[in-house]
Amino acid sequence: MTALQKTEKLGKTTFGGALNAGLRAALANDPKVLLMGEDIGKLGGVFRITDGLQAEFGEHRVLDSPLAESGIIGTAVGLAYRGYRPVPEIQFDGFVYPAFDQIVSQVAKIHYRTGGAVTIPMTIRIPFGGGIGSPEHHSESPEAYFVHTPGLRVVSPSSPAEAYWMIQDAIACEDPVIFFEPKRHYHDKQDLTGIEEGKDRLPLGAARVAREGEHVTLVSYGSLVKTCLNVATAAEDEGISIEVIDLRSLSPIDFGTIEASVRKTGRLVIAHEAALTGGLGAEIATGVTERCFHYLEHAPVRVTGWDLPYPPSKLEKHHVPDLDRILDGVDRALDRPNSYSRFEGK
Amino acid sequence: MSLQIDRSAHMEFSSAGDDHFEQMLKPCGDRVPNALNDPWVNDLSEEDLADLYTDMVVIRRLDTEATALQRQGELALWPPLLGQEASQVGAARAMQKDDFVFPSYRESGVMVLRGVNPTDLMRVWRGSSATSWNPYDMNVASPQIIIGAQTHHAVGYAMGLAMDGVDAAAVSFFGDGATSQGDVNEAMVFAATYHAPAVFFCQNNHWAISEPVGLQSQTHIAERARGFGIPAVRVDGNDVLAVLAVTRRALDQARNGGGPFFIEAVTYRMGPHTTADDPTRYRDQAELEHWKERDPLDRLSKYLEKSGADMEAIQRRAQEAADKIAAVVRKELKETVEPTPRNLFENVYVNEHPRINEQRDHYGAYLEQFGETLDGTQAGA
Repeated sequence: MTALQKTEKLGKTTFGGALNAGLRAALANDPKVLLMGEDIGKLGGVFRITDGLQAEFGEHRVLDSPLAESGIIGTAVGLAYRGYRPVPEIQFDGFVYPAFDQIVSQVAKIHYRTGGAVTIPMTIRIPFGGGIGSPEHHSESPEAYFVHTPGLRVVSPSSPAEAYWMIQDAIACEDPVIFFEPKRHYHDKQDLTGIEEGKDRLPLGAARVAREGEHVTLVSYGSLVKTCLNVATAAEDEGISIEVIDLRSLSPIDFGTIEASVRKTGRLVIAHEAALTGGLGAEIATGVTERCFHYLEHAPVRVTGWDLPYPPSKLEKHHVPDLDRILDGVDRALDRPNSYSRFEGK
Repeated sequence: MSLQIDRSAHMEFSSAGDDHFEQMLKPCGDRVPNALNDPWVNDLSEEDLADLYTDMVVIRRLDTEATALQRQGELALWPPLLGQEASQVGAARAMQKDDFVFPSYRESGVMVLRGVNPTDLMRVWRGSSATSWNPYDMNVASPQIIIGAQTHHAVGYAMGLAMDGVDAAAVSFFGDGATSQGDVNEAMVFAATYHAPAVFFCQNNHWAISEPVGLQSQTHIAERARGFGIPAVRVDGNDVLAVLAVTRRALDQARNGGGPFFIEAVTYRMGPHTTADDPTRYRDQAELEHWKERDPLDRLSKYLEKSGADMEAIQRRAQEAADKIAAVVRKELKETVEPTPRNLFENVYVNEHPRINEQRDHYGAYLEQFGETLDGTQAGA
């Protein structure tokens, strides 16, 4: 990072605005950075994350692309081969599947296939998760597919401050990064005054202890981190002290930070919107159990979306874990009465 | 109404003649004047033509050598190109150094003529390495196995060339089967939209494993490209002169801001899909005989002979070159230093990755229990 780097002064900023500022900084600081995707230019993206960037940097740096996800990612692979640093946007989580082959068979594998000769420093931005009352295919959490794919890094910011630096760090990363943006928090605001000094900036692969606590470790990422912080505040009234860990990096997982916390609390709850089976919760629960089984006072607890296709929006409040369901999971980890109590011992 | 499946559509074998594609050399060796293409090959001397002949002999020999090496257990698999030598030699010799090739797995001829060491290429098929060469050394991407995926990469690379202001083109190679893939069609959309200097080189070899081209397309493949707004040529893919001329034309257009170009080279896969395939289960011997009469090597040989060249000397030289390279490949392949367990964990990521490091170290500890190491040596040795 050189002194030539351009940064803008930010004040109270939305999550989307922080991403926009991060993208602007990345475009300004590296002429090889290119944004591409459907509707990202003139319109500024359906969520306006790229608002104004085409006008500022030109249509060769911010490309409106044909409506073809495999084409967007495949073309970005070719640009990366040529030395560019493409940042393609997939408009919604449920639209990524046509590009699945290019991501899994090409983006993730080319560095390995070429014995390290070709790098694919691509950041694939994907708004993900529910809670915005959308129709089918607009509220999914497909992160486990990509976490399961060697060669990819997968990250998700949980706040405007995280978003501002993480998007820049992802773009600067030599490995391909799948960047999941919790779309229902796009309008959340945070005062980012002085953020350009980088005081709280963590490495891309590190988890963050978002709130310290003593009795239970609560791990989440993306959209549910905010809910988990509210859970910790609510539990405080009952004298329960929750340590909230924002995973930030879903692949690789920073087990060191989680393990240190669990060794202290002895209890682990993982919350995510994605379905239970084969999800991140399973990986975290197993990884922690392998590392510090004897420190656990209770089996790890997962609070997740059900194993369902994402439901119609009138039902999503029953699907996406909320404060009460996560508190219920915390109760279970603490052997307090909870929704699972009646199943126990059967 | 009932479901109709026309497997025989567009099989050259069932067509009346050879006049529905651009041709400069007839199978009998006669030269066909072609006002559009002639200027693109007028510079060729008799020596140049003899070199093209040698290229084809060498490529064929490497191909048959690889098939033999597979039979002898030195290679796990090999995808023969037998019959497609003119398409690959013509295309490869039309390119310049700055042009970048995105091949499929069957373009061993193109890759070798671009400078890839044939032994390195065969080591991929031996299972000894993923790719043994640096793509930037000879501007050849690692061969693509996912059908048609590389067409996108070529278009993206071509867009990069245009943005960089470099007068070069990116060429993707794929087969008739690939034209059914969404990726190839999407790549044509992107190429046309961005006016990319991308040349699509389709070797229509009539077969996608057991499926004839009629199952892929009910019109000539070149016609499809025109529907995307991309100029297209259907060329006799067994005529090295015509392929060279057409590819030079396409590349010249692309390099000079004319946008993408599509070439359908009509050829024939005379061998199996791979050494694991048995084409007698799905195609007639008579079809193979038909194509043997259109052999790409024979027709250039006949043309040279009719032009008064000393074909005996040319053939002798070509044979010597082929024998020499085949012997080198056989020797080098047997001397392959096989990868070690440590190599397994390398290059998954550019940056350090804790999970990979953990798993590598764990496997190393596991091997040590048996007195082995990650470097393939005995511990303490």
